[in-house]
Amino acid sequence: MTINQSGWKPEMTSGDQQGPTETFTGARALMRDEALIFEIGSTDTTGVDFGEVEAPASDRLGGLARNRDIGLPGLSEPETVRHYTRLSRQNYAIDTGIFPLGSCTMKHNPRLNERVARMPGFADIHPLQPVDTVQGALEVIHQLSNWLVTLTGMHSVAMSPKAGAHGELCGILAIRAALEARGDTREVILVPESAHGTNPATAAFAGYKVEGIPANGAGRVDLEALKQRLGPDVAAVMITNPNTCGLFEPDMKAISDAVHAAGGFVYCDGANFNAIVGRVRPGDLGVDAMHINLHKTFSTPHGGGGPGSGPVVFSQALTPYAPLPFVEKTADGFQLVEEETAEEHHARSFGRMVAFHGQMGMFTRALSYMLSHGADGLKQVAEDAVLNANYVLRSLSDVLQAPFGDSGPCMHEALFSDKGLAEGFSTLDIAKALIDEGYHPMTMYFPLVVHGAMLIEPTETESKAGLDQFIGAVRSVVERAKAGDETLKGAPWYAPRRRLDETQAARKPVLVWEDPNLVQAAE
Amino acid sequence: MRYLPLTPDDRTAMLAKIGAGSVDELFADVPELARLDGPIHDLPAHASEMAVERHMAKLARRNLTAGDGPFFLGCGAYKHHVPATVDHIIQRGEYLTAYTPYQPEIAQGTLQMLFEFQTQVARLFGCDVANASMYDGSTACWEAITMAGRVTKRSRAVLSSGLHPHYVSVANTMAKFTGDTLVTATPELTAEPDTDALIDQIDDETSCVVVQYPDILGRIGDLSKLAEAAHAKKALLIAVVTEPVALGAIKAPGEMGADIVVGEGQSLGVGLQFGGPYVGLFACSQKLVRQMPGRLCGETVDAEGKRGYVLTLSTREQHIRREKATSNICTNSGLCALAFSIHMTLLGEKGLRQLAEINHALACKAADRLTQVPGVELVNGAFFNEFTVKLPAEARPVVRALADKGMLAGVSLGRLYPAEDALAGGLVVAVTETTTEDDIEQLAAALKEVLA
Repeated sequence: MTINQSGWKPEMTSGDQQGPTETFTGARALMRDEALIFEIGSTDTTGVDFGEVEAPASDRLGGLARNRDIGLPGLSEPETVRHYTRLSRQNYAIDTGIFPLGSCTMKHNPRLNERVARMPGFADIHPLQPVDTVQGALEVIHQLSNWLVTLTGMHSVAMSPKAGAHGELCGILAIRAALEARGDTREVILVPESAHGTNPATAAFAGYKVEGIPANGAGRVDLEALKQRLGPDVAAVMITNPNTCGLFEPDMKAISDAVHAAGGFVYCDGANFNAIVGRVRPGDLGVDAMHINLHKTFSTPHGGGGPGSGPVVFSQALTPYAPLPFVEKTADGFQLVEEETAEEHHARSFGRMVAFHGQMGMFTRALSYMLSHGADGLKQVAEDAVLNANYVLRSLSDVLQAPFGDSGPCMHEALFSDKGLAEGFSTLDIAKALIDEGYHPMTMYFPLVVHGAMLIEPTETESKAGLDQFIGAVRSVVERAKAGDETLKGAPWYAPRRRLDETQAARKPVLVWEDPNLVQAAE
Repeated sequence: MRYLPLTPDDRTAMLAKIGAGSVDELFADVPELARLDGPIHDLPAHASEMAVERHMAKLARRNLTAGDGPFFLGCGAYKHHVPATVDHIIQRGEYLTAYTPYQPEIAQGTLQMLFEFQTQVARLFGCDVANASMYDGSTACWEAITMAGRVTKRSRAVLSSGLHPHYVSVANTMAKFTGDTLVTATPELTAEPDTDALIDQIDDETSCVVVQYPDILGRIGDLSKLAEAAHAKKALLIAVVTEPVALGAIKAPGEMGADIVVGEGQSLGVGLQFGGPYVGLFACSQKLVRQMPGRLCGETVDAEGKRGYVLTLSTREQHIRREKATSNICTNSGLCALAFSIHMTLLGEKGLRQLAEINHALACKAADRLTQVPGVELVNGAFFNEFTVKLPAEARPVVRALADKGMLAGVSLGRLYPAEDALAGGLVVAVTETTTEDDIEQLAAALKEVLA
C-alpha cells in the first residue's frame, strides 16, 4: 500500500542500525526535554532593563509594602526565548499538520489577521477612551456586526461574549429575560444528548433544569418525540445545527415552529456554522439566538485554549433583551450604548456580561478574514469544508463503521464508531497510533451517542494530497487494530511523551511546582 | 482564493469518489426554503491581502492610540511596556495554532507552560493553587462569587463599593438569574477603602465578601481585618486584583487571609486591545480546589515514568459533568496566559519589584504635581500606580477637552458612574513605567489651562 499518496516517503532507519540507547543529555537530537522555569531561573535574574527613576522620599503604600519573597524566578532574554521555543517544539499545531478535531474547526489561521490585530490603532487603545477617539474601533465592531447579521439572516448581534460557552449563556439569559418580561416562569431547557457539554452546563448556570431530547435512528432530533415533550414548562430547546454527528437537521424549521407554538424559544449552537456559512441562514429556520465562534468559522487562532470570541445573533423577538454594551451608528458617528444611555434606547436589556466591550483583538482578525474571502469566498469555504469531510467519510467507510453513513452525505465532519476493531482495541488506541503517524488525532468519544466515537473534521484548508496521506494513515492504523496488533496499545512510541497517567494526576493533584528540597524538609 | 488549497480538478475527483454529481447534492438535507442560491447581497466579494490591509489600516488610523501622546487611563486596563520577546514567542505557530491540550503526548509545550503559569499566579497572589485562566477579571470575579456559594451553601454576597463598576454590573446581571443576593454600594471620595462598612454587612447568611485591591479609586487597605470578620461568620473573602503589577510592591491578598483571589492579568504581556482579549486569573486555597471553575493542569508521569503534564480534575468540567459542572467555561484565554507567563519570566521577582517601584515612584510624582494645580485635590490616603483626584469641575468634559489636545488624561468617574453627581469631579489617573516626567508636566499644564 502506498502510504503517502502525495508521493514522497522518507527512508526509515532499519532496526539493526540503532545508535547508543542513552545520550548524556537524555535528548534525542531535536527532541529534548525542558526543565521548569523554577528549576532553571532565579529570583535575582531579570531579562528586562529599566531606566533610573528616583524613589519617593517615603512610599505611599499605606504600610502594606511587601515584606515576603514571592518566589518568581526570572531568566535573561536569550534564556527566555530558548525556554519557550524548546517548549513550543513539543506541541502539535495546525501550522505543523492537519488538526482533524471534530467540532473544533481547526482551520488555517491567516497571518494577515495577526498583522492587522497588531496595528497600533487597534492594539494600543484603551477601552475607556472617550468614544470620539475610538471611532475606527467602533466602526470595526459595526462592520463585523453587519457581516454576522447578514450572513445569519438574523435581526441583531451582541458582540461582547468572550467565547462560545459565554455566547450560549448570553443567548439563554436573553431568552430568560424575554420570558420573565411576559411573566412566564418556565424552568426547563431541552438539550439533545449529542450536544456539546457546554449546552447543559450553560442552561444549569442560568438556573434551568435540563432534560434530554431523543434522537432518531438517523442521528437527528426526533421531531415527534420533541413535540410530545413541549409544553408550558419548556423555556427553550438548544439545538446544534449542523449537529455534532456532522449532520444537518432537516426538520429544523418544523422544530422551531413547534417550539414557538408551545411558547418557547429556539437556541442554536452555532459551533458548526462553518459548514453552512453563505449557503444557509439560520434566521430562515426560525432560530431565536445563536452564538458564532469567531475562533472556528472565522479563523481566529485557538491559541492552545483561547482566547475565543462568541458573538450572539438574535431574532427580532429577543433583540430588546440583548446585553450591553453595543455600538450604534448615529448622525454624529458611532456611539457606544452602555448602562448610561441604555435606559433611553434599550431599557429591557438583560445587562452587562463582561467588563468593557468584548474581544476586540478577535474582531479585527475575523473582519480581516471575512473581507479576504468576501461573501463569495465564504460560500466556497462551506462547500470545501463539506466536500473534504464527505471525501474522508467515503474514503474510510469501508474500514470503519460510519453509523449514519447510509442516511446520505455528512456536513463538515465525518463520524465513525469503534465497531469492528479487534477485541480489546479501542478508539483511544487508534488515536494514539495516529500520533506516531505524525498526526493530531480526531475527536474521541464525542458525541456520546455513538460507541467509541471518532469525529473527523478536516476543514476546507486541507489539500487533497494532504487528506489522502491522512486517510492512508487512518486506514493503516485501523487495519492494525482489526488485526489485533498489540503494539498499538503502547502508542504513542515516538511522541515527546508516552501515554500519561491521568488517574494519578487526578487522585493526588499537583497543580503548582514546589521546591522538592522544601517539601522534603517539611516531611 | 489564497486560503483554499483545493483545485477545480481536486473537487471533481473528490466528488467522483464520493459518488455525488455536484456539491449541491452534499447539501441535500438543507430544505429548499433555507437554501441561499446566488450571491449574498450587501456584502463585498473577496479581496487581496493588500486591499484588506489597506481597508483595516484606514480604520486603525481613525483611533487615537495610547502611544500618540500623554496617557493616564487605567481602571481595569493598564498600559505597560511589553517586551518584544513576548509578542514574538506567542506568534510561534506551535502556540498560536494549537488547540486546548486534549492529547497531552503532543501538547507538552502548552501544558508545561500552563503549569508554570499556575505556579506564577498562585505565588503572586499568595495562594496555594491557581487555574489555567478565565476569560477576564470580570467573569473570574463572578465565577468566584458562585464558587463561594457552592462552598458555603449560602447566596448573599457583599460587594465592596470599591469594586470595578463593570465587575459589579456583571455580577448583578448574573445574580438576577441565579437568585443570589448582592449587597452593593457606590464609592465615596474618601481617603480609605470601605473596609469598616463591609465588615458591618457580614452576617450569618453571607457567602463571601468581595473586595478589590487596590480598589477602583486606587486605594489600598489591609485585608486582614476583613478576612477575620468574614471567617468569623464562616464566609469567604474574595480579593480582586485588576493591576497585578501592584503585587510587586504590596502584600499579596492570600497572605492577608483571602480565600479566593481573582484578577485581570492584562497588565502583563497582553496589551490594551480596546478591552479584550484579556486573561482572567483565578487562585484559591488547596482545600477549595475541587470547587474551582476552569481548566487545571497537573503533573503526572508517562508510561515510562517520565514527568509530564495533563489537564486534570476534569470531573468538575462541562465536557464530563454537563449540567452538574462547576462552570460552563470551555475555551479560556490560553494564549494570553502564555503572554502573561513569558512577561513574568522575563521580569522575574527582581524585575517585577523594580517595575512596581518605578510605577509607584512615578505615580507619587504625578500625584504631587497634579495637586499643585489650583483646585485639584488628592483623594487617596494610600495608592500604588493609580489614584483619584477631585477636580473643581466635572471631570468628564475635562477629559474630553484634553483628548482634543491629544492627551488621554484618565478615566472620569462620570464615565463609570454617570448617575452619581457626588462623583462627577473625580478623575482616576494611572501612571506606569511608560509615563514620562514630561507627560506628567504636560498633563498638569493642560489641566491648569482647562480648569482656569
